[in-house]
Amino acid sequence: MSSLSNIWHLGIKELRSLGHDTVLIVLIVFAFSYAIYSLATGISFELRNASIAIVDEDHSRLSNNIAAALLPPYFKPPEQIAPGELVRRLDNGRDTFVLDIPPKFQADVSAGRAPTVQLNTDATAVVQAGIGANYIQQIVTDEVDRFYYGIDSQPDPAVALRTRIAFNDNLESSWFMGVAWLINVVTMLAMVLSGAAVIREREHGTLDHLLVMPLSPFEIAMAKVWANGLVITIAAGLSLRFVVHGVLGLPTTGSFALFLASVMLYLFFASAVGLLLGTVARSMPQFGLLFILVVLPMIMLSGSYTPLESMPHSLQIVMQAVPSTHFVKIAQAILFRGAGLDIIWPNLGVIVGVGGLLFALALSRFRASISQEVS
Amino acid sequence: MNEPEGLAARLTDVAHRYGAISALAGVTLDLPAEIVVGLIGPDGVGKSSLLGLIAGARKLQSGQAQVLGGDIADARHRRAICPRVAYMPQGLGSNLYAELSVAENIDFFSRLFDQAAAERTARIDELLRSTGLAAFRDRPVRKLSGGMKQKLGLCCALIHDPDLLILDEPTTGIDPLSRRQFWELIDTMRARRPGMTVLVATAYMEEAERFDWLVAMDGGRILATGGAAALKARAGAATLEAAFIALVPETARDGYRAVHIPPRQTQPGPPAIVARGLTRRFGDFAAVDHVDLTIERGEIFGFVGSNGCGKTTTMKMLTGLLPVTQGEALLFGRSVGATDVDMRRRVGYMSQSFSLYGELTIRQNLELHARLFQIPADRAKTRIASLVEGFHLAGHLDERSDHLPLGIRQRLSLAAAVIHEPEMLILDEPTSGVDPIARDEFWARLVDLSRNQDVTIFISTHFMNEAARCDRVALMHAGRILATAAPAGLIDARGAATLEEAFIAYLEEATDQAQPTAERAMVRPGIDMPRTASSRSHPAASAGTDRTPSPATWFSPRRLIAYARCEMLQILRDPIRLAISFFGTALLMLVFGYGITFDVEHLTFAVLDRDQTPESRNYTEEFADTRYFDQQARLTDYAELDRGLKSGRLSFVIEIPPGFGRDVKRGTATEVSAWIDGAMPFRAETILGYLNGVHLSYLTRLNLRVTGTQTPWQPVQIATRARYNQDFKSIYAMVPSVIGLLLLFIPAILMALSIVREKELGSIVNLYVTPVSRLEFLLGKQLPYVGLAMVNCASMVALAVFVFQVPVKGSASALTLAALIYSIATTGIGLLISAFTTTQVAALAGTAILTLMPALQFSGMIVPVSSLSGIEAAIGYGFPTTYFLKISVGAFTKALSFADLAGNLLTLAAFVPVLTGFSLLFLPKQDR
Repeated sequence: MSSLSNIWHLGIKELRSLGHDTVLIVLIVFAFSYAIYSLATGISFELRNASIAIVDEDHSRLSNNIAAALLPPYFKPPEQIAPGELVRRLDNGRDTFVLDIPPKFQADVSAGRAPTVQLNTDATAVVQAGIGANYIQQIVTDEVDRFYYGIDSQPDPAVALRTRIAFNDNLESSWFMGVAWLINVVTMLAMVLSGAAVIREREHGTLDHLLVMPLSPFEIAMAKVWANGLVITIAAGLSLRFVVHGVLGLPTTGSFALFLASVMLYLFFASAVGLLLGTVARSMPQFGLLFILVVLPMIMLSGSYTPLESMPHSLQIVMQAVPSTHFVKIAQAILFRGAGLDIIWPNLGVIVGVGGLLFALALSRFRASISQEVS
Repeated sequence: MNEPEGLAARLTDVAHRYGAISALAGVTLDLPAEIVVGLIGPDGVGKSSLLGLIAGARKLQSGQAQVLGGDIADARHRRAICPRVAYMPQGLGSNLYAELSVAENIDFFSRLFDQAAAERTARIDELLRSTGLAAFRDRPVRKLSGGMKQKLGLCCALIHDPDLLILDEPTTGIDPLSRRQFWELIDTMRARRPGMTVLVATAYMEEAERFDWLVAMDGGRILATGGAAALKARAGAATLEAAFIALVPETARDGYRAVHIPPRQTQPGPPAIVARGLTRRFGDFAAVDHVDLTIERGEIFGFVGSNGCGKTTTMKMLTGLLPVTQGEALLFGRSVGATDVDMRRRVGYMSQSFSLYGELTIRQNLELHARLFQIPADRAKTRIASLVEGFHLAGHLDERSDHLPLGIRQRLSLAAAVIHEPEMLILDEPTSGVDPIARDEFWARLVDLSRNQDVTIFISTHFMNEAARCDRVALMHAGRILATAAPAGLIDARGAATLEEAFIAYLEEATDQAQPTAERAMVRPGIDMPRTASSRSHPAASAGTDRTPSPATWFSPRRLIAYARCEMLQILRDPIRLAISFFGTALLMLVFGYGITFDVEHLTFAVLDRDQTPESRNYTEEFADTRYFDQQARLTDYAELDRGLKSGRLSFVIEIPPGFGRDVKRGTATEVSAWIDGAMPFRAETILGYLNGVHLSYLTRLNLRVTGTQTPWQPVQIATRARYNQDFKSIYAMVPSVIGLLLLFIPAILMALSIVREKELGSIVNLYVTPVSRLEFLLGKQLPYVGLAMVNCASMVALAVFVFQVPVKGSASALTLAALIYSIATTGIGLLISAFTTTQVAALAGTAILTLMPALQFSGMIVPVSSLSGIEAAIGYGFPTTYFLKISVGAFTKALSFADLAGNLLTLAAFVPVLTGFSLLFLPKQDR
């Protein structure tokens, strides 16, 4: 009972301290609003404004039609270049694609001689090259078909493939990136707030002060977890509602409450990592460097950006032990696919288990971290 | 320039503010030359600001200051007198480098004054010999005692034979013996150079008695000037401290009473504190070494010793904050344990610095303490009310405590420490930095607690007059207690006149045993010291104009190397920075190399086959045999399909309709459906492309079986040529790019931290007061980090080639040259950011964000720069990473030659002068 009251009062103190830290508040608001918005719309894995050049050795109606069909927002207006410029422009990264239309192209098509168009791609532009080549092939095929068969009279294939995109029919990358960044911001802020709170208390000597009072490390740590967790949960909820659903327009598919509950459990883990780092680092700069080394792998390898299944197998196994991987799965399952607790519970189990272990580890280091500081 | 005869400095109406806080309020003062001038007064009265202004370390805000015959606000004059002034800032060794050895530190300062190798060696040897530090020349500064640090600081200040020596509280926090030795050393130096003016600030009034001329300061103003005897006579006081209190305006000492301590009534019962053989080791260093203590109930027990001698460690062990290595500590007869919560209710603790929550008000702080000690609400209310009354806190109850003056914060700390009515108080230097009046008030309260409430008080202090008030005192030195007795007993035992002299006697005895020769040899006034070649023959000329100080050249490689060498040594001796710069880079290289992949492989899929004919199986077999797809167990119904997609277990699902086999055989048009998980759009797009490809190859094969022709005829053929990277493996583009990313942000962060670290620790003052120019400073600091980046680059290229198997197909020399130029540019970014940040945390966060964001978004790593437009394109083209990535990807994967990359190399090189120029522009040569 007295323990609960201590945790409560210390937590209130945390909130008061946070309330006075204008810089931190601005950072939290910025991170959950504009940062998520700009990152979601800024980095796009879609094909946007790809630069393409055409070596047109035909100058026919058909070759002009093909050039005219390469439209924004997928492509920048194609530049007409001379054959000799092709290699240099690809070398320099001026163009990602160069389409080479041979002489007498239109005449050969009309005569049914099936001429060959060459599409050069800079395959080091890994995101655009693959998708863009598909688009360009489709556009060239469509234009030539339309020219050869006339409008709407192409032959039907024996078997058609009808593809449907589930959960995000227009393949809005801002939805995906918005959720990915929401997850990342939650991870980063939870770690920074709890870790920095420990270091600040130690640097100001207030941690000594708490430890000579009738309080246990568990109470001190739990107070930080709940207070910072509350702030982040509220901010994440608002951000999801107004930024991701509101401005970015992700349809509300899953349960908002289930997502927030998952965020809270995940925060327990992320705060524990922050506390642990706070007890390991001797100063704020050291904490910052350690933070970068820990948070970047957690973010980059959790599958929130790039598909988990493309990583080396051994790395995938390691990442199964990291709760952020599971949280990414949970968030995507709830927010895009409307999954319920029946589907995500195993992932929640891993988060709670690993979080509990790390929290215990952080507690055991709490006192030790004070003795190390003097040395 | 006209130098007033016999004056070192003349200040006219000098005022100085830090934001809203006024440090100096219109000071007008003439400082005589060739004597020792003392600035006296407690902390925060403007002494340091005044000294900083005279030294040229701080920028003059208003008023006029003539130093050594010229206007200190004039940069040319500052540069001209720089070699004649030495400035030792406040704090133990704050302008020294803790990781460097004694000799390396002096060597650094010698280089800053552009002394040639032969002169340097001679001077270092001479200074080390004359200060007795010769035996410790290879010891790192961080392992020196406070007294030795200050002696070393003096060596560094005297390396260039200054005419004006400015010392800011040089003896604060060091033991009485070291203090005396320090002043003897100054006397010796003055005997050698009688023309030298010494300007000293001190908080110890006892010490000020020995100075030639004093300036008493309070609240940013001059209270009085004159000799010590004159000041005492003016106030009619016996000691300087009493004289100072008398000089303070009436209003400030309202209600002041001299401390009176009634004799102690012995309390029955067991002692409050017993320590037996108490020992604490950190590694092989014994911070506290077999300490025995017995403190009676109700006793005021004093603890005296220099900084770092083990006082705080002992107190922390008694409170249970630190585990005991050996021996035992008993409070009220019970062993101290870290988990003993009940014991903590009986003890109040006040740590060295103000350690309450600065962002909370006085009321909130007190309420929090009451709650955490579980004082019932109504009881807490009356208790807080009585404390507020008793400690005179009523006027500030709802003010943030970090906005309050030190004296009030000290009272608040004590109030918080006694809120639960403890039987014992452990107070760690509670009065450091507090002015004499507030200190006496504080003591009046302690006396009340001890004598009227039987509270045992264990207090550590630097002030001898405070030690003299204790019932008993223990003197600690190097982890051991040298003597414990009543103050009068100690004085008698050594036959000394004062407590201070008694302590010095004990310390001399202890150091004699510990260090038989070195420390003792240090001060022998009258020792014959050879003069160095450049010593002026007639030092008295200091105030005259006949002396032409060697003008500082505008650029000196020696000064640049001084900083480069110093930085290099520091990096090599800081295991954490070293580990992070090497191990961290390699780790992140692996993480990014594997983590940023745009390959879409091993996609899990399943088939809902509602036809179950050989034809339908024929269709699904097309998907089974590629590295792109991993087939999962067949689905039986839509519910399973839905579940598979929702959980993310399946990336896509193929549904074959009933009658598929029949329709194919008949040649009737039919349709297969594919559901693709669109949560990750990039992956979905790629899957879409793969599916169409697989479907097309199925159609081809079907065509072959049905019509016997090889391919369905199409009016156009498209030959796609994936240049540079035939397999479309993202690793070939990402690994070269990751090198660019890591060469950017790690060197930039380390660079920014190294400059801001100097700002935070105080060693930046060396830039302000020595002849080193900003360019020399910046380039000197930059050099080691460029070297570090190049080593990192080599290790990353090795990782790329041997671990990731990404070969360098193009020009290796272009890659190397680019890495060099790029490292200079990226460390330059760090320099530039450091100019705008004052704390290491801000430098770290700012550099990380300002480098990572443009590098990831606008430098062509993911989206080609050629696809950007507007502001994004401007950022992309205005950021060096863009060009380095072109060179790196070009040299690794595109197999480009040096000539192909020359244009990008030139553009990259253009960033170097621009970044250095801006860094110079924004780095001030003076503090504000």
